Amino acid sequence: MSTVPWQSFLALSRNCETDEVRVLVAMSGGVDSSVAAALCVEAWGTEDVVGATLKLWGGASDSGCCSVADVDDARRVADQLGIVHHVFNFADDFERHVVEPYVAGHAEGRTPNPCIECNRHLKFDRLLERARALGFDAVATGHHARCERDDDGSWRLRRGADTKKDQSYVLAMLGQEQLAQTLLPLGGMIKDDVRAEAARLGLRTAAKPDSQDVCFIRSDTGRAGFLGDRITLHPGRMVDADTGADLGPVEAVELVTIGQRRGMGHSTDGRRRFVTAVDLPSRRVTVGPPEAAYAPGLTLSTIAWVAGPPPVGPTGAFPALAQCSAHGPALPAVVQVGDEHLDVTFATPQRRVAPGQTVALYDPDHPDDVVGSGVVT
Amino acid sequence: MSLLSTSADGPRPRSSSGISARAYLDWAATAPLRPEVGAAMAAQMARPPGNPTGAHAEARGARRVLDDARDLVASLTGVSPGEVVFTSGGTEADGLAIHGAFDAQVAQGGPSGAVVCSAIEHHAVLEACRSLASRSGAELRLVGVTPEGVVDLEALAAACTVDVAVVSVMAVNNEVGVIQPIDRVAATVRNRAPRAVLHTDAVQAAPWLDLAPLAEQCDLVTLSAHKMGGPVGAGVLLVRDGIRIQARLDGGGQERGRRSGTPNVVGAVGMAAALEATVRDRTHTTARVMELRHRLEAGLAAGVPGIAVSGGGALRVPGICHLRIPGVESEALVVVLDQMGVASSAGASCSSGATEPSHVLEAMGLGRTEARTGLRLSLGVTTSDEDVDRALAVVPGAVAQLRD
Repeated sequence: MSTVPWQSFLALSRNCETDEVRVLVAMSGGVDSSVAAALCVEAWGTEDVVGATLKLWGGASDSGCCSVADVDDARRVADQLGIVHHVFNFADDFERHVVEPYVAGHAEGRTPNPCIECNRHLKFDRLLERARALGFDAVATGHHARCERDDDGSWRLRRGADTKKDQSYVLAMLGQEQLAQTLLPLGGMIKDDVRAEAARLGLRTAAKPDSQDVCFIRSDTGRAGFLGDRITLHPGRMVDADTGADLGPVEAVELVTIGQRRGMGHSTDGRRRFVTAVDLPSRRVTVGPPEAAYAPGLTLSTIAWVAGPPPVGPTGAFPALAQCSAHGPALPAVVQVGDEHLDVTFATPQRRVAPGQTVALYDPDHPDDVVGSGVVT
Repeated sequence: MSLLSTSADGPRPRSSSGISARAYLDWAATAPLRPEVGAAMAAQMARPPGNPTGAHAEARGARRVLDDARDLVASLTGVSPGEVVFTSGGTEADGLAIHGAFDAQVAQGGPSGAVVCSAIEHHAVLEACRSLASRSGAELRLVGVTPEGVVDLEALAAACTVDVAVVSVMAVNNEVGVIQPIDRVAATVRNRAPRAVLHTDAVQAAPWLDLAPLAEQCDLVTLSAHKMGGPVGAGVLLVRDGIRIQARLDGGGQERGRRSGTPNVVGAVGMAAALEATVRDRTHTTARVMELRHRLEAGLAAGVPGIAVSGGGALRVPGICHLRIPGVESEALVVVLDQMGVASSAGASCSSGATEPSHVLEAMGLGRTEARTGLRLSLGVTTSDEDVDRALAVVPGAVAQLRD
């Protein structure tokens, strides 16, 4: 019997009949999902665990989930673990649900997070559906987050034990239905232990670098090259937020994001300039001093709750910690619940967040627990 | 790990019970090695070494074996030995045919304005034509097919202008098994584009059809050993007398300057032996497998609501049964059937192992979603009643599970 602490993920996440579970492990070919698969095999044996790699992107890329080299790594790890491995071609769905909205978003002045949309539509929708159809009870992934069952039978989504690697932000759109079919074996582990476990098992992915960037964007041509092939990028003008003065040209307004400071230069008093607004129709990028880059709050749509909306006070609001990027700080805020939207007011003004970005909300009383998420309007 | 180890540390042996409980219905992907072919190859591997191009007794021995194999392939296909070029397989033979014939046309001052192939060719032909078009500037003309998967002869005639250098139309389609009217294709090409070189990929035809008429009507014919019980890595391009092709590999000029590289004598033996065994058994195998497929298709039609046989109204080789099952993604169905002990195919796969939407079904007029519902069950020499029974026992349940 292994005494390593992360083995408790089973007890925490499945206090039901763990011996009758058939698990499909999403294997990207990276070290995290390799170890996730190994832990599942340790728990349920080779017969009831199957690996699957998703072919998501057929175009050129040099990182991420779906190069042939990564599929080879996943397949060879599966061979090593003694489990069956399949490749599922979800490239059409990826194009429709991730790439097209990403491109369209930029054309409309939004900056969507493709990893979140991939989790929402591919890994925790299309793959879950495929897994159910094939007779699996759960899908396991290598995300650093915890999926735990409460005493009342409901599921909680919590930050991973490795705070530096925590990925609860990119899973914050998951609800009860998905969480009930999800296993996150690495939630209790720190990354060093994941690599150590991979090395102990002699997995070929043990020393593989973490993937960093958007999987369908090549590092040499970047976002500009990717978008430039698909939409017309328009030159624009930079104008001063206070005076409206023209401050010079901007190469492509579609590539400018609210809050950005790179390329915006300095004002006459030597302070850095930040983007405070992007208006695509007029091709105008408004910039201002650092304080102009701050806003008291923001509005979210595309709301998802882990377990339904939390109880609200007399004003229809609840307190939360709002996280506006994958590894950003969790900021104290009050969330006013509207019909189809949420109004988030921060305790103190915060850096503006670009439309299209996701904000994850955490419970102030249990700061590791995800409450829900929304997309900035 | 080591492939040389015979101890328990070596590759895990697969349980024999697991194998016998399975029905292998993916013969069109690759067929089991025929025992008599394996024996012929093993005998050759046990002989003294010898590079056929050498000048000593061992070399002459190897040369004799290679030329015996060549003679055998020639006699079984109705050509002369000098017309048989051994290759590393069907893909190499297809590429050599398309690129080699085009380059020879250019070198001889022949037509070089366009290359023509059907829209349902194997990727080995399709991609060779695409790369040829992009490197040479020749126009690629893809000829469509009918909803039954038969090449559209009127469209072919329209595509065959006098500037066409190469035409390639497969003898039998690898996904749906539909037999193409090569006699009429040849008549059209000779009539409309008299200087064009006509190639046919007969890889899927070889297990089932007499190859002599194909070799008579076409200038270039591709064969592959492993689709008929020979080894992977051995193929043939028949190059009819008077037809010139330019080599694609630089080297020692083996195979009469058409394919450099030390000849694969064992592979040639395997190729010839597989063709010999195939021709010997063909009449009997054809009748037996035809009956098995009839039973399979009738049983599935009764057990799976909405199922349709692709190319059901056309002539098909006995070994391929291609089905479309509305509402069921074949990528998932193949996985379920695998779990239930049936090896099947969802159509074309890319190098990663993922299933690609079928360009054949799309050419037959199906939409992209429908083109993901194709399931190929393919049969061969040793397919048994039990294999068909197993498929009939599990396919309806697998479909029901996925439709649930």
